[in-house]
Amino acid sequence: MSGLCTEYVDERGNVVRAAQDVSFEVPAGKLFTLLGPSGCGKTTTLRSIAGLERPRSGEISLGGALIYSSRSNVFVPPNRRGLGMVFQSYAIWPHMTVFENAAFPLQVSKSRISRKEIETKVLGVLKVVALEELAEREATKLSGGQQQRLALARALVMEPPLLLLDEPLSNLDAKLRERMRFELKRLQRDLGITTVYVTHDQSEALALSHSIAVMNRGQIQQTGAPREIYERPGNQFVADFIGTTNFLRATVDAPDAAAGFYRVASEVGTLKVRAVDALEPGMKVVISVRPEDIRLSEARPNGDNVLEGTVHTKVFLGESVDFEVKIKERPVLSRAHPSLGTRVGHPIYLSLDPEKCVALKDTPE
Amino acid sequence: MEAASGPRFARTGAFGPPRLDFKWVIIGACVALTLYLGVVPLGFLLWQSFFTPQSAAKAAEFTLGNYREAYASEETWLLFWNSLKFAAGASLLAFALGTLLAWMNERTNTPFKSLFFALSIIPLIIPGILFTVAWILLGSPKIGLVNLALQNLFDTNAVFINVYSLGGMIWVDALHYSPMAFLLMTAAFRSMDPALEESAVMSGASVPQVLRKVTLPLVWPAIFATLLILFVRAIESFEVPALLGLPVGIQVFTSAIYQAVHRYPSQVGLASAYAVTLLVITSAGVYFQSRLSTSGSRYATMTGKGFRPRLIDLGRWRYLTVAVFLLYFFLIVVLPFAVLLWSSFQKFYSVPSVEALQRLTLEPYRTILGYPSLMRSVWNSLLLAVTTATLVMLVTAVICWIVVKTKLRGRWLLDNFASLPMVFPGIVLGLAIMILYLYLPVGVYGTIWIMLIAYVTRFMPYGLRYNTTSMLQIHKELEESAAMSGASWTTAFWRIILPLLKPGLVAGWIYIVIVSIRELSSSILLYSPGTEVLSILIWELWENGQYVELSALGVMFIIGLFFLVLVAQLIGKRFGIREA
Repeated sequence: MSGLCTEYVDERGNVVRAAQDVSFEVPAGKLFTLLGPSGCGKTTTLRSIAGLERPRSGEISLGGALIYSSRSNVFVPPNRRGLGMVFQSYAIWPHMTVFENAAFPLQVSKSRISRKEIETKVLGVLKVVALEELAEREATKLSGGQQQRLALARALVMEPPLLLLDEPLSNLDAKLRERMRFELKRLQRDLGITTVYVTHDQSEALALSHSIAVMNRGQIQQTGAPREIYERPGNQFVADFIGTTNFLRATVDAPDAAAGFYRVASEVGTLKVRAVDALEPGMKVVISVRPEDIRLSEARPNGDNVLEGTVHTKVFLGESVDFEVKIKERPVLSRAHPSLGTRVGHPIYLSLDPEKCVALKDTPE
Repeated sequence: MEAASGPRFARTGAFGPPRLDFKWVIIGACVALTLYLGVVPLGFLLWQSFFTPQSAAKAAEFTLGNYREAYASEETWLLFWNSLKFAAGASLLAFALGTLLAWMNERTNTPFKSLFFALSIIPLIIPGILFTVAWILLGSPKIGLVNLALQNLFDTNAVFINVYSLGGMIWVDALHYSPMAFLLMTAAFRSMDPALEESAVMSGASVPQVLRKVTLPLVWPAIFATLLILFVRAIESFEVPALLGLPVGIQVFTSAIYQAVHRYPSQVGLASAYAVTLLVITSAGVYFQSRLSTSGSRYATMTGKGFRPRLIDLGRWRYLTVAVFLLYFFLIVVLPFAVLLWSSFQKFYSVPSVEALQRLTLEPYRTILGYPSLMRSVWNSLLLAVTTATLVMLVTAVICWIVVKTKLRGRWLLDNFASLPMVFPGIVLGLAIMILYLYLPVGVYGTIWIMLIAYVTRFMPYGLRYNTTSMLQIHKELEESAAMSGASWTTAFWRIILPLLKPGLVAGWIYIVIVSIRELSSSILLYSPGTEVLSILIWELWENGQYVELSALGVMFIIGLFFLVLVAQLIGKRFGIREA
């Protein structure tokens, strides 16, 4: 299976472009996430892959076969694409039992499957999602988490080449969501099923994915592994949307001795930062640095990027303490271990790892 | 999973160009049927009203004569005036009755009112023709029981009440449709926040003041919508004007159409001209009513938010209100049914007396059960009702799916076409269909098929309404997940959509079965020997003067319908909302 490639998905519903020039490829057996705020076009993209929406232009291929192409006028209807999908509302049919829900894809399948075989397969897949005990129960009598697992079982029962998940955890309460996250990850890794996952929850995306595409306003902002996206955001939107970050305005001074690093004059002082693209002296940039990458200490540490500030506010969060430190009246957020007990109003030193200070082109937002 | 990728390639390779889907055959057929049923009879009626009658010697010619004849004559203006007086009177009286009862039931502490709510549905079961006949037996100047009883009491020959008059027509029609007004106004009262009334009470207003200054102004949109519905319904009414008006020469549009067709030679052109006028009136009414739909949509929230208003304490007056309830129930159910029951046990129609009590006999039942066309009529009625209900619910389910679930351009037009028959009074629809199939040589005229066509057309809008309510509640993803599971549209529709529509489908089906069995005004122009239905049989018995046999049939008919409704409600409860 060569993977899935969506290109130039471009839909003009009411002049609004839901998705523009969206292209990506999902390697076989991997979990690929479309991440973005609501209305960014991620669900439209997923529904285009499913065939529930017809893109204006572009091409979608599945395992080397074209399933949609505006150029050669190919559109395979959703019921003949053979994909599995879990909907946001789960879409469990209330008039059927658990078994009937899961058996439906096999019953309507073109290739005649014997009753016996259906039963074996359905009970098999219900076992995978730990619902085999409830097979005869009415689907409406399931809890939220059980419904979610049933939806998953129904999507998996026909062993689809690609599984589509549309915010499958968003209707669960926080505790259950966390458990199902692990469950989903384990299932996907065990079965090795190629998956496209849509979510607006960045922690979900980071926890589950092999690779993430961050979308905004119908366009993919950045594609990469979770760690890469988190540590080296490609632009301000990505840096801001994934996790929490400090943005510091700066002007490029000169390249540093180390390759890929630059010296910049920022609003809090001179910093050594890293950049993916080459920068010219005099360019305006924005430095993104995450709170947990700012080390705080009461004694002055050695090394690059050491700044001095005053503790302005403290928020105790249990496993960590958030410090808001003011450097020349500029507030900077930093996350520290709770053992650090510096009082409000006292001076403190900040040490910024140059590796984690990412210079981004200043894009007016 | 890796192993599965082998055959998967074969399958993805099989993606061919889309074939002609069975889906489009079904959708196409349903749309075509709807357009045909909704639009063609209307077009034909309009067209026909501009032509002279066709005969073997002479082809039809274009003419404005029908309209000239219709509008030049003073008679027509009298007709117009009569129709207006009748419809306005009947709708206002029904409204006044219904509103009073709804207010008493919803907002006061009248005793036994929950019982009353259940009982108030019963009159809707009694077919219009039987209700009218019952009131003739009660209020006719010669044989009316009320008159005879009062004459006995006061020892005079004076006629106390006479149903063969405009007043009598209004009285009978209004009484028969007051439960409809009651239900509509109950919904209106239920959708109104009682806190508004309560704050008026807290400000020191008396009960009549609250009613006049707060309650009525608030339900005004609902009042207007209800009045319009009742007016349109009254102007479409056929049974009462035909049975009570025609014998004394009081004509309204519906009865005039019937007479024009049944005259010899029949004046179809003139009937069409009358029908077009009637259509204009009803269309205007339905149009204004749909304009009020924002307030009208409140009717949909019958079960509402479940607030229980603080009830107005009537004090000693509540004995009066309970008396009003009892009197109403007596007039609308007990008295009509009792008079039918009484006369059904008589050999000849006679006034109740000790003497007559000794002559009680089962003879009428024996006669009617041996009546040659009875079994045929029962069979025809049942066959038509069941076929109509099934066909209407299935076709409108597809139409409704297109209107609600797709983004097809022009789908609102489809919705309107399917609702178009709503503006057809039954007799006008019967006339339009009669004309259409007299000219179209497809061999349905004079068969039961023409009645099926009329029934399906007439009740299509009801089916659409029931289905739309249910369809709106089906989440889009329930259907999409069927497609993702590999189900074709037809499979998804049959196995997912229809089962999920079941509450609406069943309720609509039952309703259409009941109204089909009672249908008279379209059938009266379309039946022929061999295709009589029950209501036609009653009509014929009336024309023949076989009152006791009619009563016997009526009693059995009402009891049968009553059990049908009872069973229907039980089924309805079983198929109630199962969705979580």
